[in-house]
Amino acid sequence: MADPAALNPGDTGWVLVSSALVLMMTPALAFFYGGMVRKKNILSTLNLSFIMLGLMGVQWVLYGYSLAFGPDVGGLVGNLAYLGFAGVGQEAGPYSDTIPHLAFAAFQMMFAVITPALITGAFVERVRFKTFLLFSLVWATIVYDPLCHWVWAKGGWLGGMGALDFAGGTVVHVAAGFSALAFALAIGPRKGYPKAPMEPHNIPYTVLGAGLLWVGWFGFNAGSALGANGLAANAFVTTNTATAAAALSWMLCAWRENRPSVLGIATGAVVGLVAVTPAAGFVTPMGAMVIGALAAPISYYAIRFRQNRGLDESLDVWACHGMGGLWGALATGLFATKSVNEAGADGLFYGNPGLLLTQFLAVAVTVVFVFVVTYVLAKILDATLGLRVTPAEEEVGLDLSEHGEQAYS
Amino acid sequence: MLKKIEAIIREDKLNDVKEALRAIGIVGMNCFEIRGHGRQGGIKLSGRSGSYQVDMLPKIQLNIVLSDHNLEETVKTLVAAAKTGESGEAGDGLIFVYPVDEVVRIRTGERGHEAVMYPDDIDTRKGGR
Repeated sequence: MADPAALNPGDTGWVLVSSALVLMMTPALAFFYGGMVRKKNILSTLNLSFIMLGLMGVQWVLYGYSLAFGPDVGGLVGNLAYLGFAGVGQEAGPYSDTIPHLAFAAFQMMFAVITPALITGAFVERVRFKTFLLFSLVWATIVYDPLCHWVWAKGGWLGGMGALDFAGGTVVHVAAGFSALAFALAIGPRKGYPKAPMEPHNIPYTVLGAGLLWVGWFGFNAGSALGANGLAANAFVTTNTATAAAALSWMLCAWRENRPSVLGIATGAVVGLVAVTPAAGFVTPMGAMVIGALAAPISYYAIRFRQNRGLDESLDVWACHGMGGLWGALATGLFATKSVNEAGADGLFYGNPGLLLTQFLAVAVTVVFVFVVTYVLAKILDATLGLRVTPAEEEVGLDLSEHGEQAYS
Repeated sequence: MLKKIEAIIREDKLNDVKEALRAIGIVGMNCFEIRGHGRQGGIKLSGRSGSYQVDMLPKIQLNIVLSDHNLEETVKTLVAAAKTGESGEAGDGLIFVYPVDEVVRIRTGERGHEAVMYPDDIDTRKGGR
Protein backbone atom coordinates (compact mmCIF):
# COMPACT_ATOMS: atom_id res chain seq x y z
CA MET A 1 0.00 0.00 0.00
CA ALA A 2 1.45 3.36 -1.04
CA ASP A 3 1.52 6.12 1.50
CA PRO A 4 -1.88 7.81 1.25
CA ALA A 5 -0.29 11.06 2.38
CA ALA A 6 1.49 11.15 -1.00
CA LEU A 7 -1.83 11.81 -2.67
CA ASN A 8 -2.71 15.45 -3.21
CA PRO A 9 -6.16 16.32 -1.83
CA GLY A 10 -6.53 19.28 -4.21
CA ASP A 11 -5.73 17.16 -7.26
CA THR A 12 -7.96 14.33 -6.08
CA GLY A 13 -10.83 16.69 -5.38
CA TRP A 14 -10.56 18.36 -8.77
CA VAL A 15 -10.42 15.10 -10.70
CA LEU A 16 -13.44 13.70 -8.83
CA VAL A 17 -15.43 16.89 -9.44
CA SER A 18 -14.30 16.84 -13.07
CA SER A 19 -15.51 13.26 -13.39
CA ALA A 20 -18.93 14.32 -12.20
CA LEU A 21 -18.89 17.26 -14.63
CA VAL A 22 -18.03 14.95 -17.53
CA LEU A 23 -20.77 12.55 -16.48
CA MET A 24 -23.25 15.43 -16.76
CA MET A 25 -22.22 15.93 -20.37
CA THR A 26 -23.97 12.74 -21.44
CA PRO A 27 -27.47 13.78 -20.32
CA ALA A 28 -26.59 17.26 -21.64
CA LEU A 29 -25.79 15.70 -25.01
CA ALA A 30 -29.07 13.80 -24.80
CA PHE A 31 -30.95 17.10 -24.63
CA PHE A 32 -28.71 18.73 -27.24
CA TYR A 33 -29.68 15.96 -29.65
CA GLY A 34 -33.23 15.47 -28.35
CA GLY A 35 -34.29 18.98 -29.26
CA MET A 36 -33.32 18.44 -32.88
CA VAL A 37 -35.47 15.39 -33.59
CA ARG A 38 -39.20 15.16 -34.17
CA LYS A 39 -41.32 14.87 -31.06
CA LYS A 40 -42.24 11.24 -31.73
CA ASN A 41 -38.56 10.32 -31.22
CA ILE A 42 -37.51 12.48 -28.28
CA LEU A 43 -37.46 9.73 -25.65
CA SER A 44 -35.64 7.37 -27.97
CA THR A 45 -33.04 10.02 -28.75
CA LEU A 46 -32.56 10.95 -25.10
CA ASN A 47 -32.17 7.31 -24.26
CA LEU A 48 -29.58 6.54 -26.94
CA SER A 49 -27.27 8.79 -24.94
CA PHE A 50 -28.61 8.10 -21.46
CA ILE A 51 -28.34 4.31 -21.69
CA MET A 52 -24.58 4.72 -22.26
CA LEU A 53 -24.33 5.74 -18.62
CA GLY A 54 -25.55 2.23 -17.88
CA LEU A 55 -23.87 0.23 -20.61
CA MET A 56 -20.44 1.85 -20.48
CA GLY A 57 -20.59 2.28 -16.72
CA VAL A 58 -20.64 -1.51 -16.52
CA GLN A 59 -18.38 -2.31 -19.48
CA TRP A 60 -15.64 0.01 -18.21
CA VAL A 61 -15.45 -1.62 -14.79
CA LEU A 62 -15.71 -5.17 -16.14
CA TYR A 63 -13.04 -4.96 -18.84
CA GLY A 64 -13.05 -1.63 -20.75
CA TYR A 65 -10.59 0.12 -18.48
CA SER A 66 -8.28 -2.84 -18.60
CA LEU A 67 -8.26 -2.97 -22.41
CA ALA A 68 -7.69 0.78 -22.61
CA PHE A 69 -5.28 1.44 -19.77
CA GLY A 70 -4.06 -1.98 -18.64
CA PRO A 71 -0.38 -2.86 -18.97
CA ASP A 72 0.56 -2.58 -22.64
CA VAL A 73 0.51 -5.46 -25.12
CA GLY A 74 2.52 -4.52 -28.21
CA GLY A 75 1.47 -0.86 -28.15
CA LEU A 76 -1.98 -1.94 -29.32
CA VAL A 77 -4.14 -2.78 -26.32
CA GLY A 78 -4.05 -3.20 -22.57
CA ASN A 79 -3.93 -6.64 -21.01
CA LEU A 80 -6.54 -8.02 -18.63
CA ALA A 81 -4.76 -7.08 -15.40
CA TYR A 82 -7.46 -4.57 -14.39
CA LEU A 83 -10.44 -6.83 -15.07
CA GLY A 84 -13.25 -5.84 -12.73
CA PHE A 85 -11.03 -2.97 -11.53
CA ALA A 86 -8.72 -5.54 -9.91
CA GLY A 87 -5.68 -3.71 -8.65
CA VAL A 88 -7.27 -0.34 -9.32
CA GLY A 89 -7.23 1.02 -5.83
CA GLN A 90 -7.17 4.00 -3.54
CA GLU A 91 -3.43 4.47 -3.89
CA ALA A 92 -1.85 6.31 -6.82
CA GLY A 93 -1.77 4.43 -10.12
CA PRO A 94 0.50 4.46 -13.16
CA TYR A 95 -1.08 7.58 -14.67
CA SER A 96 -0.72 10.00 -11.79
CA ASP A 97 1.27 10.12 -8.59
CA THR A 98 -1.08 12.50 -6.84
CA ILE A 99 -4.58 11.04 -7.26
CA PRO A 100 -5.99 7.59 -6.50
CA HIS A 101 -5.86 5.15 -9.39
CA LEU A 102 -9.64 4.79 -8.93
CA ALA A 103 -10.13 8.52 -9.53
CA PHE A 104 -8.23 8.30 -12.83
CA ALA A 105 -10.24 5.24 -13.88
CA ALA A 106 -13.51 6.96 -12.95
CA PHE A 107 -12.56 10.12 -14.86
CA GLN A 108 -11.73 8.05 -17.94
CA MET A 109 -14.98 6.11 -17.54
CA MET A 110 -16.97 9.26 -18.26
CA PHE A 111 -15.10 9.68 -21.57
CA ALA A 112 -15.90 6.08 -22.47
CA VAL A 113 -19.57 6.83 -21.71
CA ILE A 114 -19.93 9.95 -23.82
CA THR A 115 -17.97 8.85 -26.90
CA PRO A 116 -20.43 6.21 -28.16
CA ALA A 117 -23.27 8.55 -27.14
CA LEU A 118 -21.88 11.17 -29.52
CA ILE A 119 -22.23 8.77 -32.45
CA THR A 120 -25.97 8.37 -31.90
CA GLY A 121 -26.73 11.65 -33.65
CA ALA A 122 -26.02 9.87 -36.92
CA PHE A 123 -28.84 7.35 -36.73
CA VAL A 124 -31.59 8.84 -34.56
CA GLU A 125 -35.24 8.30 -35.50
CA ARG A 126 -34.66 4.95 -37.23
CA VAL A 127 -32.21 2.72 -35.36
CA ARG A 128 -33.33 -0.55 -33.79
CA PHE A 129 -32.60 -0.26 -30.08
CA LYS A 130 -31.50 -3.86 -29.56
CA THR A 131 -29.01 -3.70 -32.44
CA PHE A 132 -27.80 -0.33 -31.25
CA LEU A 133 -26.98 -1.72 -27.79
CA LEU A 134 -24.92 -4.49 -29.31
CA PHE A 135 -23.24 -2.08 -31.72
CA SER A 136 -22.25 0.26 -28.91
CA LEU A 137 -20.86 -2.52 -26.76
CA VAL A 138 -18.79 -3.97 -29.60
CA TRP A 139 -17.72 -0.51 -30.82
CA ALA A 140 -16.50 0.42 -27.34
CA THR A 141 -14.58 -2.85 -27.15
CA ILE A 142 -12.91 -2.98 -30.56
CA VAL A 143 -12.72 0.72 -31.47
CA TYR A 144 -12.72 2.97 -28.41
CA ASP A 145 -10.73 0.89 -25.95
CA PRO A 146 -7.83 0.17 -28.35
CA LEU A 147 -7.78 3.72 -29.74
CA CYS A 148 -7.76 5.11 -26.22
CA HIS A 149 -4.81 2.81 -25.51
CA TRP A 150 -2.91 3.89 -28.63
CA VAL A 151 -3.13 7.58 -27.73
CA TRP A 152 -3.19 7.80 -23.94
CA ALA A 153 -1.98 4.59 -22.33
CA LYS A 154 1.60 3.97 -21.29
CA GLY A 155 3.14 2.19 -24.26
CA GLY A 156 0.38 3.16 -26.74
CA TRP A 157 1.90 3.54 -30.19
CA LEU A 158 0.30 6.84 -31.28
CA GLY A 159 1.13 8.57 -28.04
CA GLY A 160 4.61 7.08 -28.25
CA MET A 161 5.02 8.65 -31.67
CA GLY A 162 4.57 12.06 -30.02
CA ALA A 163 0.97 12.74 -31.08
CA LEU A 164 -0.66 15.22 -28.71
CA ASP A 165 -4.27 14.87 -27.62
CA PHE A 166 -4.91 16.72 -24.40
CA ALA A 167 -8.49 15.69 -23.70
CA GLY A 168 -9.73 13.58 -26.57
CA GLY A 169 -9.80 15.44 -29.89
CA THR A 170 -8.94 12.28 -31.79
CA VAL A 171 -9.86 9.60 -29.24
CA VAL A 172 -13.31 11.04 -28.59
CA HIS A 173 -14.32 13.48 -31.31
CA VAL A 174 -12.62 12.37 -34.50
CA ALA A 175 -13.47 8.78 -33.53
CA ALA A 176 -17.14 9.54 -32.87
CA GLY A 177 -17.50 11.84 -35.88
CA PHE A 178 -16.09 9.51 -38.50
CA SER A 179 -17.83 6.50 -36.96
CA ALA A 180 -21.06 8.47 -37.26
CA LEU A 181 -20.36 9.05 -40.94
CA ALA A 182 -19.72 5.34 -41.52
CA PHE A 183 -22.85 4.32 -39.62
CA ALA A 184 -25.01 6.83 -41.50
CA LEU A 185 -23.81 5.38 -44.81
CA ALA A 186 -24.59 1.87 -43.59
CA ILE A 187 -28.07 2.55 -42.19
CA GLY A 188 -29.34 4.92 -44.90
CA PRO A 189 -31.57 7.97 -44.61
CA ARG A 190 -34.69 8.40 -42.52
CA LYS A 191 -37.93 7.58 -44.30
CA GLY A 192 -38.89 10.54 -46.44
CA TYR A 193 -35.52 12.29 -46.17
CA PRO A 194 -34.88 14.89 -47.56
CA LYS A 195 -38.36 15.67 -48.88
CA ALA A 196 -40.45 15.31 -45.74
CA PRO A 197 -39.93 18.16 -43.30
CA MET A 198 -37.85 17.08 -40.29
CA GLU A 199 -37.85 20.17 -38.17
CA PRO A 200 -36.19 20.28 -34.77
CA HIS A 201 -39.12 19.94 -32.36
CA ASN A 202 -37.67 21.75 -29.34
CA ILE A 203 -34.74 24.08 -29.94
CA PRO A 204 -34.81 25.23 -26.29
CA TYR A 205 -33.74 21.67 -25.31
CA THR A 206 -30.83 21.95 -27.70
CA VAL A 207 -29.73 25.29 -26.27
CA LEU A 208 -30.08 23.93 -22.75
CA GLY A 209 -28.03 20.90 -23.73
CA ALA A 210 -25.32 23.04 -25.33
CA GLY A 211 -25.12 25.20 -22.21
CA LEU A 212 -24.74 22.17 -19.94
CA LEU A 213 -22.15 20.68 -22.29
CA TRP A 214 -20.18 23.90 -22.02
CA VAL A 215 -20.17 23.64 -18.21
CA GLY A 216 -19.34 19.93 -18.25
CA TRP A 217 -16.51 20.50 -20.69
CA PHE A 218 -14.49 22.27 -18.01
CA GLY A 219 -14.29 18.86 -16.36
CA PHE A 220 -13.43 17.24 -19.67
CA ASN A 221 -10.58 19.61 -20.59
CA ALA A 222 -9.37 21.23 -17.38
CA GLY A 223 -9.86 17.90 -15.59
CA SER A 224 -7.50 16.31 -18.10
CA ALA A 225 -4.64 18.13 -16.38
CA LEU A 226 -5.29 15.48 -13.67
CA GLY A 227 -4.48 18.06 -11.04
CA ALA A 228 -5.61 21.31 -9.47
CA ASN A 229 -2.83 23.33 -10.99
CA GLY A 230 -1.76 25.95 -13.49
CA LEU A 231 -2.18 23.63 -16.44
CA ALA A 232 -5.81 23.02 -15.42
CA ALA A 233 -6.32 26.79 -15.29
CA ASN A 234 -4.81 27.12 -18.76
CA ALA A 235 -7.09 24.41 -20.13
CA PHE A 236 -10.06 26.04 -18.41
CA VAL A 237 -9.38 29.41 -20.03
CA THR A 238 -8.50 28.06 -23.48
CA THR A 239 -11.69 25.99 -23.41
CA ASN A 240 -13.86 28.97 -22.65
CA THR A 241 -12.08 31.25 -25.10
CA ALA A 242 -12.30 28.88 -28.06
CA THR A 243 -15.96 28.22 -27.33
CA ALA A 244 -16.84 31.88 -27.06
CA ALA A 245 -15.04 32.63 -30.34
CA ALA A 246 -16.71 29.73 -32.13
CA ALA A 247 -20.21 30.75 -31.00
CA LEU A 248 -19.61 34.28 -32.33
CA SER A 249 -18.01 33.04 -35.50
CA TRP A 250 -20.91 30.66 -36.22
CA MET A 251 -23.34 33.51 -35.61
CA LEU A 252 -21.53 35.60 -38.22
CA CYS A 253 -21.51 32.74 -40.75
CA ALA A 254 -25.27 32.40 -40.34
CA TRP A 255 -25.88 36.13 -40.39
CA ARG A 256 -24.07 36.55 -43.71
CA GLU A 257 -26.57 34.23 -45.38
CA ASN A 258 -29.65 34.54 -43.31
CA ARG A 259 -30.54 35.38 -39.75
CA PRO A 260 -28.42 34.30 -36.78
CA SER A 261 -30.32 31.21 -35.62
CA VAL A 262 -30.02 30.28 -31.95
CA LEU A 263 -29.68 26.64 -33.01
CA GLY A 264 -26.63 27.72 -35.00
CA ILE A 265 -25.09 29.73 -32.17
CA ALA A 266 -25.51 26.78 -29.76
CA THR A 267 -23.98 24.47 -32.35
CA GLY A 268 -21.07 26.88 -32.79
CA ALA A 269 -20.35 26.73 -29.07
CA VAL A 270 -20.23 22.94 -29.14
CA VAL A 271 -17.94 22.97 -32.16
CA GLY A 272 -15.59 25.35 -30.34
CA LEU A 273 -15.53 22.97 -27.37
CA VAL A 274 -14.72 20.08 -29.69
CA ALA A 275 -11.93 21.89 -31.52
CA VAL A 276 -10.13 23.07 -28.40
CA THR A 277 -10.29 19.64 -26.74
CA PRO A 278 -7.01 18.24 -28.12
CA ALA A 279 -5.29 21.62 -27.71
CA ALA A 280 -6.57 22.88 -24.36
CA GLY A 281 -3.45 22.03 -22.35
CA PHE A 282 -0.91 22.89 -25.06
CA VAL A 283 -1.95 26.28 -26.44
CA THR A 284 -2.32 29.84 -25.16
CA PRO A 285 -5.68 31.58 -24.78
CA MET A 286 -5.00 33.56 -27.98
CA GLY A 287 -4.15 30.36 -29.84
CA ALA A 288 -7.43 28.90 -28.58
CA MET A 289 -9.33 31.94 -29.82
CA VAL A 290 -8.08 31.37 -33.36
CA ILE A 291 -8.81 27.63 -33.11
CA GLY A 292 -12.39 28.32 -32.04
CA ALA A 293 -13.01 31.11 -34.54
CA LEU A 294 -11.92 28.93 -37.46
CA ALA A 295 -13.64 25.77 -36.21
CA ALA A 296 -17.08 27.29 -36.73
CA PRO A 297 -16.83 27.95 -40.50
CA ILE A 298 -15.22 24.54 -41.03
CA SER A 299 -18.15 22.73 -39.43
CA TYR A 300 -20.69 25.17 -40.84
CA TYR A 301 -19.65 24.42 -44.41
CA ALA A 302 -19.12 20.73 -43.63
CA ILE A 303 -22.84 20.62 -42.79
CA ARG A 304 -23.59 22.32 -46.10
CA PHE A 305 -21.42 19.80 -47.94
CA ARG A 306 -23.19 16.93 -46.19
CA GLN A 307 -26.62 18.39 -47.01
CA ASN A 308 -25.72 18.93 -50.65
CA ARG A 309 -24.65 15.31 -50.92
CA GLY A 310 -28.12 14.30 -49.71
CA LEU A 311 -26.57 12.28 -46.90
CA ASP A 312 -28.75 11.85 -43.81
CA GLU A 313 -26.10 11.93 -41.11
CA SER A 314 -28.96 13.31 -39.14
CA LEU A 315 -27.52 15.55 -36.41
CA ASP A 316 -24.17 16.30 -38.06
CA VAL A 317 -21.88 14.39 -35.74
CA TRP A 318 -19.35 14.14 -38.56
CA ALA A 319 -19.45 17.84 -39.41
CA CYS A 320 -19.32 19.01 -35.78
CA HIS A 321 -17.26 16.39 -33.96
CA GLY A 322 -15.39 14.72 -36.82
CA MET A 323 -14.34 17.86 -38.67
CA GLY A 324 -14.16 20.03 -35.53
CA GLY A 325 -11.95 17.42 -33.86
CA LEU A 326 -9.85 17.00 -36.97
CA TRP A 327 -9.25 20.74 -37.15
CA GLY A 328 -8.47 20.87 -33.43
CA ALA A 329 -5.94 18.04 -33.70
CA LEU A 330 -4.19 19.67 -36.65
CA ALA A 331 -4.37 23.09 -34.99
CA THR A 332 -2.59 21.59 -31.99
CA GLY A 333 0.25 20.93 -34.42
CA LEU A 334 0.20 24.62 -35.30
CA PHE A 335 -0.38 26.40 -31.99
CA ALA A 336 1.12 24.10 -29.33
CA THR A 337 3.89 25.64 -27.28
CA LYS A 338 6.14 24.31 -24.54
CA SER A 339 5.72 27.61 -22.75
CA VAL A 340 2.25 26.37 -21.82
CA ASN A 341 3.10 22.75 -21.16
CA GLU A 342 6.65 21.49 -20.74
CA ALA A 343 5.41 17.93 -21.30
CA GLY A 344 3.91 18.88 -24.67
CA ALA A 345 5.73 20.08 -27.75
CA ASP A 346 6.15 23.15 -29.94
CA GLY A 347 3.95 23.41 -33.02
CA LEU A 348 4.61 24.83 -36.47
CA PHE A 349 4.14 28.43 -35.36
CA TYR A 350 6.74 27.86 -32.66
CA GLY A 351 9.29 26.52 -35.10
CA ASN A 352 8.55 22.80 -35.13
CA PRO A 353 6.86 21.56 -38.33
CA GLY A 354 7.37 17.94 -37.22
CA LEU A 355 4.50 18.06 -34.74
CA LEU A 356 2.01 18.98 -37.44
CA LEU A 357 3.05 15.91 -39.41
CA THR A 358 2.69 13.71 -36.34
CA GLN A 359 -0.75 15.18 -35.63
CA PHE A 360 -1.76 14.59 -39.24
CA LEU A 361 -0.65 10.97 -39.05
CA ALA A 362 -2.52 10.37 -35.80
CA VAL A 363 -5.70 11.85 -37.26
CA ALA A 364 -5.35 9.90 -40.50
CA VAL A 365 -4.84 6.63 -38.65
CA THR A 366 -7.83 7.36 -36.43
CA VAL A 367 -10.08 8.29 -39.34
CA VAL A 368 -9.25 5.20 -41.38
CA PHE A 369 -9.39 2.83 -38.40
CA VAL A 370 -12.71 4.02 -36.97
CA PHE A 371 -14.38 4.46 -40.35
CA VAL A 372 -13.51 1.02 -41.66
CA VAL A 373 -14.24 -0.91 -38.46
CA THR A 374 -17.50 0.94 -37.83
CA TYR A 375 -18.71 0.47 -41.40
CA VAL A 376 -17.96 -3.25 -41.41
CA LEU A 377 -19.48 -3.72 -37.97
CA ALA A 378 -22.64 -1.84 -38.94
CA LYS A 379 -22.98 -3.84 -42.16
CA ILE A 380 -22.59 -7.13 -40.30
CA LEU A 381 -25.22 -6.10 -37.76
CA ASP A 382 -27.50 -4.94 -40.56
CA ALA A 383 -27.26 -8.33 -42.27
CA THR A 384 -27.90 -10.25 -39.04
CA LEU A 385 -30.06 -8.35 -36.53
CA GLY A 386 -31.06 -5.43 -38.78
CA LEU A 387 -30.00 -1.85 -38.04
CA ARG A 388 -33.39 -0.27 -38.69
CA VAL A 389 -36.86 -0.56 -37.34
CA THR A 390 -39.59 -1.41 -39.89
CA PRO A 391 -41.00 1.44 -42.01
CA ALA A 392 -44.24 1.28 -40.03
CA GLU A 393 -42.40 1.51 -36.71
CA GLU A 394 -40.36 4.41 -38.04
CA GLU A 395 -43.52 6.20 -39.11
CA VAL A 396 -45.12 5.84 -35.68
CA GLY A 397 -41.90 6.99 -34.01
CA LEU A 398 -39.41 5.11 -31.89
CA ASP A 399 -40.82 6.37 -28.57
CA LEU A 400 -43.92 4.30 -29.13
CA SER A 401 -42.58 1.46 -31.25
CA GLU A 402 -39.32 0.78 -29.36
CA HIS A 403 -40.13 1.96 -25.84
CA GLY A 404 -43.94 1.86 -25.60
CA GLU A 405 -43.99 5.40 -24.29
CA GLN A 406 -45.08 8.87 -25.28
CA ALA A 407 -43.06 11.92 -24.25
CA TYR A 408 -45.85 14.44 -24.26
CA SER A 409 -49.40 13.43 -23.43
CA MET B 1 -81.02 32.54 -41.05
CA LEU B 2 -77.87 31.74 -39.17
CA LYS B 3 -74.37 31.73 -40.62
CA LYS B 4 -71.05 30.34 -39.46
CA ILE B 5 -67.85 32.27 -40.03
CA GLU B 6 -64.70 30.20 -40.16
CA ALA B 7 -61.78 32.62 -40.23
CA ILE B 8 -58.20 31.41 -40.67
CA ILE B 9 -56.01 34.14 -39.20
CA ARG B 10 -52.48 34.72 -37.96
CA GLU B 11 -51.80 33.52 -34.41
CA ASP B 12 -50.57 36.97 -33.43
CA LYS B 13 -53.75 38.65 -34.73
CA LEU B 14 -56.12 36.70 -32.47
CA ASN B 15 -56.18 39.34 -29.78
CA ASP B 16 -56.72 42.26 -32.18
CA VAL B 17 -59.54 40.39 -33.92
CA LYS B 18 -61.17 39.39 -30.63
CA GLU B 19 -61.09 42.99 -29.37
CA ALA B 20 -62.42 44.42 -32.64
CA LEU B 21 -65.31 41.93 -32.72
CA ARG B 22 -66.13 42.50 -29.08
CA ALA B 23 -66.26 46.23 -29.80
CA ILE B 24 -69.09 45.72 -32.32
CA GLY B 25 -70.91 43.31 -30.04
CA ILE B 26 -69.80 39.87 -31.27
CA VAL B 27 -69.38 38.21 -27.90
CA GLY B 28 -69.37 34.47 -28.51
CA MET B 29 -66.67 32.64 -30.42
CA ASN B 30 -64.24 29.76 -30.17
CA CYS B 31 -61.01 28.89 -31.91
CA PHE B 32 -58.78 26.01 -32.98
CA GLU B 33 -55.02 26.02 -33.22
CA ILE B 34 -54.40 24.69 -36.70
CA ARG B 35 -51.54 24.28 -39.17
CA GLY B 36 -51.54 24.94 -42.83
CA HIS B 37 -50.44 27.02 -45.76
CA GLY B 38 -51.97 28.84 -48.70
CA ARG B 39 -50.66 29.99 -52.05
CA GLN B 40 -47.38 31.19 -50.59
CA GLY B 41 -46.57 27.62 -49.53
CA GLY B 42 -44.99 28.36 -46.15
CA ILE B 43 -41.86 30.23 -45.15
CA LYS B 44 -38.13 29.71 -44.77
CA LEU B 45 -36.64 29.32 -41.29
CA SER B 46 -33.00 29.68 -40.27
CA GLY B 47 -31.42 26.30 -39.56
CA ARG B 48 -28.05 25.20 -38.22
CA SER B 49 -26.34 25.96 -41.48
CA GLY B 50 -28.50 27.78 -44.02
CA SER B 51 -32.27 27.73 -44.07
CA TYR B 52 -35.06 25.25 -44.54
CA GLN B 53 -38.61 25.43 -45.83
CA VAL B 54 -41.52 24.99 -43.43
CA ASP B 55 -44.84 24.46 -45.18
CA MET B 56 -47.30 23.81 -42.34
CA LEU B 57 -47.41 26.98 -40.28
CA PRO B 58 -49.38 27.48 -37.09
CA LYS B 59 -52.60 29.47 -37.60
CA ILE B 60 -55.79 30.16 -35.67
CA GLN B 61 -59.20 29.12 -36.92
CA LEU B 62 -61.88 31.31 -35.37
CA ASN B 63 -65.47 30.03 -35.34
CA ILE B 64 -68.42 32.40 -34.97
CA VAL B 65 -72.12 31.64 -35.45
CA LEU B 66 -74.29 34.72 -36.05
CA SER B 67 -77.44 36.03 -37.68
CA ASP B 68 -77.37 36.64 -41.42
CA HIS B 69 -78.02 40.37 -41.12
CA ASN B 70 -74.86 40.90 -39.03
CA LEU B 71 -72.59 39.03 -41.41
CA GLU B 72 -71.35 41.89 -43.58
CA GLU B 73 -70.39 44.18 -40.71
CA THR B 74 -68.66 41.33 -38.87
CA VAL B 75 -66.67 40.23 -41.90
CA LYS B 76 -65.53 43.82 -42.58
CA THR B 77 -64.43 44.26 -38.98
CA LEU B 78 -62.63 40.94 -39.04
CA VAL B 79 -60.78 41.73 -42.27
CA ALA B 80 -59.69 45.12 -40.97
CA ALA B 81 -58.40 43.65 -37.71
CA ALA B 82 -56.70 40.57 -39.17
CA LYS B 83 -54.85 42.37 -41.96
CA THR B 84 -51.14 43.10 -41.57
CA GLY B 85 -50.49 46.82 -41.92
CA GLU B 86 -52.44 48.90 -44.44
CA SER B 87 -52.15 46.73 -47.51
CA GLY B 88 -51.93 43.25 -45.97
CA GLU B 89 -49.39 40.50 -46.54
CA ALA B 90 -49.34 36.92 -47.79
CA GLY B 91 -50.32 34.72 -44.88
CA ASP B 92 -53.02 37.01 -43.49
CA GLY B 93 -55.57 34.23 -43.98
CA LEU B 94 -59.04 33.49 -45.36
CA ILE B 95 -62.65 33.73 -44.24
CA PHE B 96 -65.20 31.03 -45.06
CA VAL B 97 -68.94 31.50 -44.51
CA TYR B 98 -71.40 28.62 -44.23
CA PRO B 99 -75.13 28.33 -43.62
CA VAL B 100 -76.09 26.86 -40.25
CA ASP B 101 -79.15 24.58 -39.98
CA GLU B 102 -79.72 24.75 -36.26
CA VAL B 103 -78.25 25.91 -32.97
CA VAL B 104 -79.34 24.63 -29.56
CA ARG B 105 -78.23 26.22 -26.30
CA ILE B 106 -77.82 23.26 -23.97
CA ARG B 107 -78.66 25.06 -20.70
CA THR B 108 -82.04 26.45 -21.81
CA GLY B 109 -82.96 24.41 -24.84
CA GLU B 110 -83.35 27.64 -26.85
CA ARG B 111 -83.00 27.19 -30.58
CA GLY B 112 -81.99 29.23 -33.63
CA HIS B 113 -81.47 32.95 -33.21
CA GLU B 114 -82.38 32.83 -29.50
CA ALA B 115 -79.59 30.37 -28.89
CA VAL B 116 -76.87 32.72 -30.15
CA MET B 117 -78.10 35.86 -28.38
CA TYR B 118 -76.18 37.36 -25.48
CA PRO B 119 -76.89 40.40 -23.33
CA ASP B 120 -75.31 43.48 -24.96
CA ASP B 121 -74.67 41.67 -28.23
CA ILE B 122 -74.65 43.22 -31.68
CA ASP B 123 -78.46 43.06 -32.03
CA THR B 124 -79.37 44.54 -28.65
CA ARG B 125 -77.02 47.42 -29.36
CA LYS B 126 -78.87 48.12 -32.61
CA GLY B 127 -82.11 48.06 -30.65
CA GLY B 128 -83.17 44.76 -32.21
CA ARG B 129 -85.12 42.06 -30.44
